[in-house]
Amino acid sequence: MQLGKVVGTVVSTQKSESIKGLKLLLVQQLSHTDKPLNNYVVAVDVVQAGTGDVVLYAEGSSCRQTAPTDKKPVDGIVMAIVDTWEVGGKEFRVKH
Amino acid sequence: MKIGTVIGTVVATLKNEGYNGRKLLLVRPEDPYGKKAEAPVVAVDTVCAGPGDRVLFVDEGNSARLVLDWADGCVRAVIVGFIDSIDIESNPKK
Amino acid sequence: MKIGKVIGTVVATRKVESLTGVKLLLVQPLDEDGKPSGEPVVACDTQQSGPGETVFFIGGREASLPLPEPFNPSDAAIIGIIDMVSRNTR
Repeated sequence: MQLGKVVGTVVSTQKSESIKGLKLLLVQQLSHTDKPLNNYVVAVDVVQAGTGDVVLYAEGSSCRQTAPTDKKPVDGIVMAIVDTWEVGGKEFRVKH
Repeated sequence: MKIGTVIGTVVATLKNEGYNGRKLLLVRPEDPYGKKAEAPVVAVDTVCAGPGDRVLFVDEGNSARLVLDWADGCVRAVIVGFIDSIDIESNPKK
Repeated sequence: MKIGKVIGTVVATRKVESLTGVKLLLVQPLDEDGKPSGEPVVACDTQQSGPGETVFFIGGREASLPLPEPFNPSDAAIIGIIDMVSRNTR
């Protein structure tokens, strides 16, 4: 998983029947020191995250292993909303 | 399958139960000319390889579980053979 | 599987149900000389490891298998704590 910041939502009207009803978020990867990286993924939201939230996202076939994404063409998922993280004694607190 | 050289043995006392009794080696993935290709991989040994050996390994879950006969095993990398030689055109080493 | 060093912890209260109770750690992948290699990843802990420890972890779909509820979206999991890597050639 990677840390990321939700920077927007993605709207797609014409899409595969199987992924209708799934909310798509645009997530920008964050480094472990809270720096935005130049890497963006479109991920399905299963934890009601919103723009500005720091989240954990996963990529690859693991993403199909939740009830809403089971057997669906999904390869990015927002799986958790991060409250805090700590690296080498330094704590990063997320302001919601 | 990928090409690599065994660069060490990995000792881990605390590990997933399914790994008990399995030998773990550190493998450096290489290109066909023996140049380092990516970060080292911890692989389960099935051929009694040791440090210095050039080996063939898989880095994919389904094949790994099949080779080890370990259904639901949390495993990806397995050494499946020794490499004696590679014949390749325009080998810069020759 | 890759080797890495645990460099931190991540706290997330709201997460997918299948990961309830699972500890999340930040792991810095290492190269063969023990130097950092690539971006750190967040991995699910299955071995009670903690910051400073050298571990081996698994990535991809297989990372969901060692957790208590195997139907989960984890794509990285710590599956062992490394005591040492011996590099003698024979």
